[in-house]
Amino acid sequence: MSRGLALLLVLAAGIAPAAGRDAIWAEVPGGGFSSVLALGQPGVESRVEAFALMRRPVSNAQFLEFVRTHPDWQRGATPEVFADGQYLSHWTQPLDLGEAGANAPVTRVSWFAASAYCEAQGGRLPTWLEWEYVAASDETRRDARQDPAWRERILGWYSRTGGSALPEVGQTPENIYGVQDVHGLVWEWVEDFNALMISADNREQGDPDLLRFCGAGSLSASDRDNYAILMRTAMLSALRANATTRNLGFRCARDPGAASP
Amino acid sequence: MNRFLATLLATALALLALLAAPRAPAEELPGDSVYRIPARLTDSTDREFHFAEAAGQVRLVSMFYANCGYVCPMLIEQVRRVESSLDDAERARLRVLMISIDPERDTPEVLAALAARRKVDAARWTLARPAPDDLRKLAAALDVQYRKLDDGEFNHSSVISLIDAQGRVLARTSRLSGAPDAEFVAAVRKALAAP
Repeated sequence: MSRGLALLLVLAAGIAPAAGRDAIWAEVPGGGFSSVLALGQPGVESRVEAFALMRRPVSNAQFLEFVRTHPDWQRGATPEVFADGQYLSHWTQPLDLGEAGANAPVTRVSWFAASAYCEAQGGRLPTWLEWEYVAASDETRRDARQDPAWRERILGWYSRTGGSALPEVGQTPENIYGVQDVHGLVWEWVEDFNALMISADNREQGDPDLLRFCGAGSLSASDRDNYAILMRTAMLSALRANATTRNLGFRCARDPGAASP
Repeated sequence: MNRFLATLLATALALLALLAAPRAPAEELPGDSVYRIPARLTDSTDREFHFAEAAGQVRLVSMFYANCGYVCPMLIEQVRRVESSLDDAERARLRVLMISIDPERDTPEVLAALAARRKVDAARWTLARPAPDDLRKLAAALDVQYRKLDDGEFNHSSVISLIDAQGRVLARTSRLSGAPDAEFVAAVRKALAAP
């Protein structure tokens, strides 16, 4: 293929979203945001820069395509330091989904595997702050967190999760950014999952164990009524980077201007 | 062969060895070896090395940052207390690798100054900063949690890991004050006694 043609194709791929909307990526505008984690001075919002986020969690079929082209990440080929023994164990074979639904979200993937997938798409995992920023929205509002009905709806899902086979991606309503399944389907890895050190209550005051956290005071959860979000931080911060679970999947983010590979 | 050619050949071979070094060991390491993490570091003498090159000796590995006023000096002290619990022969076989979570500010000069100030044994201790892109993966493999705060400071968990010559994590301790964790010291002894 000539370089000119290749360039044209790249340009066409870049222009495509203008014709309709991008089927994979949703553009998320930047803004100020008050996280459940204390990241700076109390009462001062953190700044979230504009980024793009996958509209849906990565599916089994999409992850299968990735391991086909990246054999190092096939079940059985991946060293344990990158993925534990349950990695993709719900697939019949390393390259056969079997009973696992092609359009169900991929789970039983480690942080390392999820990161590698996103890097292969020219992206990265979203940071916790980016994920939480998007997760604060509903269909019409960018920050619906103070609405008791919003909290009820999300808590309702968290009390249900864990039972039968996972539904397909894309069944829940789109939020204001055009992103689906942030709540209601699976837990999701974030890039800085090992940065969420929280002390969710004050019992740790004066505890020598606090010394495990070095630096300018430990983090505290500043929005204690927001249980649904706090559960996520507690769960993610308890995980090792090679851990996999049946309800933990991921989606990718990328910075503005990052092109598809 | 003239001297020029010989020098050229030697240089080429040395370069080849340098290029091959980071990749070769990873193949032989066990699946749970932390040295499989593809990370590049620079030490306090400005020497660049691949994380896998730390294989081959029993090490205490921890993550810290030089600007940290309170807990980090305790972390270095605690590693020294573990060392003090060993006899001379054991201590001579033990290596220490301290990895910065603040590679922007912890330049080789800053690390060298810290090593001098804390009077660590330069023959056995390495203070290093990772390439920024490799930091999160290193921390993940070493089970270290850290977060950069809006004011440029950090929160991080203080974990000292005992890592065998192949990169397997044998034990961890988070105790920072008082006598070192007896179980941890016993594990260090055992690791150093292994052939």
